[in-house]
Amino acid sequence: MGDFLWLIPALPLMGAAVTGLLRRKLPPRHIHIIACGTVLSAFVLSAVGFLTLLQIPEPQQRLVIQSLYQWILTVWQHGRFSLEVAFRLDPLSVSLCLVITGVGFLIHLYSVGYMAGDESEGRYFAYLNLFTFAMLLLVLGDNLLLLFVGWEGVGLCSYLLIGFWFTDLEKARAGMKAFIVNRVGDFGFFVGLMLLFWALFDKSGGLVTGMRFSELQECLVLLKSAQPIMGISLVTWVALLLFIGATGKSAQIPLYIWLPDAMAGPTPVSAFIHAATMVTAGVYMIARLHFLYSAAPAALALIAVLGAATALYAATIALTQDDIKRVLAYSTISQLGYMFLAEGVGAFTTGIFHLITHAFFKALLFLGAGSVIHAVHDNDMRKMGGLNRYMPVTYLTFMTAFLAISGIPPFSGFVSKDEILWAAFTSSLPLPWLGPILWLAALLTAGLTALYMTRLICLTFMGRFRGSREQENKLHESPPVMTVPLVVLAVLSLSGGIIGLPAFTHLPNLLADFLAPTLGALPVGSEGAHSAALEVLLLVISTAVAIAGIAAGWYLYVRQPQLPERLAQRFSQTYRLLLNKYYVDEIYQAAFVRPLLKLVAFSGHFDLRVIDGAVNLTSLLTRKFSFVVGFEDWRIVDGLVNGIADIVKRWGARLERLQSGKVQHYLYSVVLGLFVLCVFVLLV
Amino acid sequence: MPYSLASYLTVSSLLFCLGMYTVLTRRNAIAILMGIELVLNAAALNFVAFSRFLQAVEKSAQLSGQVFTLFIIAVAAAEVAVALAIVLSLYSKMKTIDVEEFRQLHG
Repeated sequence: MGDFLWLIPALPLMGAAVTGLLRRKLPPRHIHIIACGTVLSAFVLSAVGFLTLLQIPEPQQRLVIQSLYQWILTVWQHGRFSLEVAFRLDPLSVSLCLVITGVGFLIHLYSVGYMAGDESEGRYFAYLNLFTFAMLLLVLGDNLLLLFVGWEGVGLCSYLLIGFWFTDLEKARAGMKAFIVNRVGDFGFFVGLMLLFWALFDKSGGLVTGMRFSELQECLVLLKSAQPIMGISLVTWVALLLFIGATGKSAQIPLYIWLPDAMAGPTPVSAFIHAATMVTAGVYMIARLHFLYSAAPAALALIAVLGAATALYAATIALTQDDIKRVLAYSTISQLGYMFLAEGVGAFTTGIFHLITHAFFKALLFLGAGSVIHAVHDNDMRKMGGLNRYMPVTYLTFMTAFLAISGIPPFSGFVSKDEILWAAFTSSLPLPWLGPILWLAALLTAGLTALYMTRLICLTFMGRFRGSREQENKLHESPPVMTVPLVVLAVLSLSGGIIGLPAFTHLPNLLADFLAPTLGALPVGSEGAHSAALEVLLLVISTAVAIAGIAAGWYLYVRQPQLPERLAQRFSQTYRLLLNKYYVDEIYQAAFVRPLLKLVAFSGHFDLRVIDGAVNLTSLLTRKFSFVVGFEDWRIVDGLVNGIADIVKRWGARLERLQSGKVQHYLYSVVLGLFVLCVFVLLV
Repeated sequence: MPYSLASYLTVSSLLFCLGMYTVLTRRNAIAILMGIELVLNAAALNFVAFSRFLQAVEKSAQLSGQVFTLFIIAVAAAEVAVALAIVLSLYSKMKTIDVEEFRQLHG
């Protein structure tokens, strides 16, 4: 496997190159085969890698590293810095690879149906393949800088794909917004990276040769002994700065604002971004650097709090949105909050677990929504309804995902979410009461999730169709190329929980055992019978909350459909606050964008008036001065020269007449001269 | 009746002036040649007159004036022959004998 590892990211890259360069030459069918085929091959290779790792009997040895070539090598007096392009296959990266290529392949396949007939299909698949490549590079890179390359790569691809229909200004803007917000986060990430490098370099006396993860882990002791900056330890600084990058990529407070707009891109792209790539980057990065974060408990606590806050906050916004994809986008933000909560309380495995199950059901939800949009040609849920009769496959698979995300046992979302709740409740955070509070927030989020998902289901699939007659006549089930991925994802959403069964069942937690060599054992669930009873209790509570949420949704949107409106009128202020997403975009606009624009305007003004003025004044003075100089040169110097020449010329012209060639003139002058001579002689 | 030297010189200077005037004002080359002849005649007349009136003062001056006059007449004849040849050759080249037109030699 060690020799073929590079093929996993390289295959989609080759696909991107071929489809991108030959997109006008190749027929669509070939483009589909290349784009899907490369991702499928990468999936097969990932599976081979997975089996290879499993065959290594000693879990601690489950690691394959392939070094391709030396990327950077700098040697100077005090040490050397060398960086390799190396890929690392370990339980963590192989899990992510399987999700990216597996779910990614299904999304590629689905796109064949969804994008059929689009004039830029070739470009679309090239971008999608490139996205897969960048994400795989991020996951497989063996050092932090290579991870950063992939990190930036997914940022670029998200920009390209969100703004895919760039002729529509609103969609192009959404792409730019995603890109710029991510740049803000990436700046933090980069500063963290540089700080880490500087500290390591400083501490190790220049012996640190690269940013490899194993090396970082070994050097952690050095980092811990570093001088604190402004009273905060260096590890915490690095952890927090890198986390800023994660808030951008993984859409956490405060940099989540790009994700809801990101649904401007084609729906499979939304599924790809929300499920298998991009937003999982932050979660993966923290899991990858878990040793660093474990050494910074304050940073971890902050991540947990921010995660829980994001989860609850986004869930409240999702309650009021009318755009089907927007609801799902906020639900993604909310679910990502769960993942960060898990990582924040030290349950890195659980975060990855939820990442995987979430990838299944969120991809399914988005692809289902895409299927619905494909039929209705509208995103607005107010114009849907009763679609279960027209699209049975989409309906059934969507219901699976709905039950999974709402946390109904035994669907996959239930298992992973409850592991998070359990981890939060039993966590040993710096503040003892913080765990239960986080748990409560997460529980509330679970109830809200069930509620808004029920609302989405009711508005979309239940009741009567509320769109136009014309739309109703065109309603149809999507082609098999779209429904097959839905069915596969539905099966995964249903059964995905098997890989991480809770401790009280006394069945092996496959994922936790598999990831243990990389991420360490679960911090929870190993405390004996007492905690098993507690775990069951928490399970029951969360299930009850989820069912209550669904019941409330069903009551509100099926039994009493006019009640939500009355509630909205009753609590109109709260409703409007939620509908407008807490006015955060407006606040950003007022706090950052407008002052910046003002600064830009001022700078422009300054440039125009002061700098240009100075330049123009100088030029004016120069012009005047040179005019004087020129005048002097022209009139005085040239005048002198020309004057002399003129005088000579004029005299020449006069003297010329003396030599007229006329004999008589000569003779006349001779006579005149004689006469003068005579007179002179006579007089003197 | 005896004529004084002054009257001869007066005639001579009149002849000279008329000749000179002709030379300076005429455009016709032949006329100019004729003017030159007048000037030469004025000179010859002077020689003859001085020769005649200065004989009493100095014996040795006898006849020398007349000889000069004969030379002048010979030289004038030769000169006219040469000049006429030049004028004729000019005419054959330029189809004119107007001296104003003869400017090829000017600088």
